[in-house]
Amino acid sequence: MKQYIAKRVGYALISLVLLSVTIFLLVRLTGDPTVLLVEPGASQADMDAIRRQFGLDQSLWVQYARFVTSLVRGDLGHSFYYRTPVLDLYLSRLPHSLLLAVAAMTFSLVIGIPTGIIAAVRVNRWWDSAGKVFALLGLSLPSFWVGLLLILFFSVYLGWLPSSGSGSLAHLLMPAFALGWYFAAAHMRLTRSSMLDVLGSEYVKLARLKGLPEALVISKHAFKNALIPVLTLAGINLVIMVNVAVVVETVFAWPGIGRLLYEGIAFRDFPVVQATVILNGAMVVIVSLLVDILYAVIDPRIRLTR
Amino acid sequence: MNGSRSAALTVAWRFAALRTDGFPVIATSILGGLLFVAVFANVLAPHDPEVGNLGERFRPPVWQQGGSEKFLLGSDHLGRDVLSRLIFGARVSMVVGFTAVLVAGVLGTGLGILSGYLGGWVDQVIMRVTDAWLALPALTFAIFLAAVVGPSEMNIVIILAAVYWTRYARVIRGEVLSLKERDFVRLAIVAGCSKRTIMRRHLLPNVLNSAIVLGTLMLGVVVVTEAALSFLGVGVPPPKPAWGLMLADGKKGLMAGYWWLTVFPGCCIMLMVLSANLLGDWLRVKLDPQLRQL
Repeated sequence: MKQYIAKRVGYALISLVLLSVTIFLLVRLTGDPTVLLVEPGASQADMDAIRRQFGLDQSLWVQYARFVTSLVRGDLGHSFYYRTPVLDLYLSRLPHSLLLAVAAMTFSLVIGIPTGIIAAVRVNRWWDSAGKVFALLGLSLPSFWVGLLLILFFSVYLGWLPSSGSGSLAHLLMPAFALGWYFAAAHMRLTRSSMLDVLGSEYVKLARLKGLPEALVISKHAFKNALIPVLTLAGINLVIMVNVAVVVETVFAWPGIGRLLYEGIAFRDFPVVQATVILNGAMVVIVSLLVDILYAVIDPRIRLTR
Repeated sequence: MNGSRSAALTVAWRFAALRTDGFPVIATSILGGLLFVAVFANVLAPHDPEVGNLGERFRPPVWQQGGSEKFLLGSDHLGRDVLSRLIFGARVSMVVGFTAVLVAGVLGTGLGILSGYLGGWVDQVIMRVTDAWLALPALTFAIFLAAVVGPSEMNIVIILAAVYWTRYARVIRGEVLSLKERDFVRLAIVAGCSKRTIMRRHLLPNVLNSAIVLGTLMLGVVVVTEAALSFLGVGVPPPKPAWGLMLADGKKGLMAGYWWLTVFPGCCIMLMVLSANLLGDWLRVKLDPQLRQL
């Protein structure tokens, strides 16, 4: 167990290092980073000052060392637009992003798990076919288009829900639906296949053989075990949602991290863009590490096979 | 009652995917149709997609009151013809989608074969990079790259390929790992084939099916990502007629009820992605039974 955790932590660290190297190199090799780091319209003297301040006149190694030390210290630069440290901005937006992601996740699980189970129990019947159509649509409709259609229908024609902003439950409904839609389909597909696996296993056969009613077999024996992979995926998907939400947040003007990233692009505020990407990437790496370890604690087969 | 409903739905499902003989006819015709439209955009489009007439702004589609035959699907905030922009948009999506899938496929397949066959430190390096790149969510990564290199059609292709090659590398490496234990590869080694020959003549043809299946499925993903990037303003630069850009323009007229600016481009994206997914699913079952679990 300890060995497994050590190995996974090692991989996560390598991932983080490669992540920082990738971002560092991409910014420096695709052109003069000074252009990205100074405000648009800065004078030559400003450019030179920035170049010295960030040590851009020194070798790549020195630059990388500086880059990483400031990252570790939590110094991610200052926003040109807001004139505040980017980390503060990020942390102030994070609760909104998490709220949206949790709402979307709840929606996707409430839809995805029951439909997946029904599809698996009634495999190849019409419920299953309907589920397949739903899954296909869910995976094919871009979330921002779903969002725009929702606004058109519920805000413009019916006038029931506010089209943008945040603050109340009514504001949360449409973004959560638009964001959760794709994941509902993904969770449905996984629930179905995982449930099918479990229903074919020995212990379910035994439960049936000893004469348990089918409803009890499904609810007590199959359901719990089929849920493990779905919840694992859901844990990682929650972080993915925070990332993917950039389009949905832009559509609904939801003040989360995605919106921050969009503003960073729109206002040519490069420190914000860079910091958001680094922090989001780090978040994904760390959460998938935690999920992997948790999974290994729950299911001993995992740490033995790898 | 239940039986007839079930039958009706099965028929509807079959019809939608036309799986009667397995082949998704409708999906393929839609993709073929879009390809046709993309190739002959100059002939088919009634207007210039980038030049508008400010006197004819926000015309609704022809069947609505205030619509005119000049603009069958209406006009946008600059008085540009929506239909013509959709037609040229198909060209942008097709060119970007196919090239990005191809570039990512060649890169990912090549690296996957190298990684799987050579093993050792080559494998370690390629796989650790793949892991790190997979850790970055595709969309965020693409946005970052776009913000760094700046928007252009060419850059979008490079960005999408840079983001998505890892998906191929993973799968192809796994296949190569099992293929290289098979007798035909061992015999080729005994017969004195060089590593290059083995990879090119013995491994590549055997992983090509998987690469094609993945590529078809990736087409949908790539088209949606391109639309999202264009929607956010880091994709295809305006005034080019890309579907994602049209949605961004449409959003501005949404509250005023100009629905045609939002509904039509989205329908195009959906049709293309849905078709690519249906075709990909079918290919997966036909060509590559091992990938059915994906």
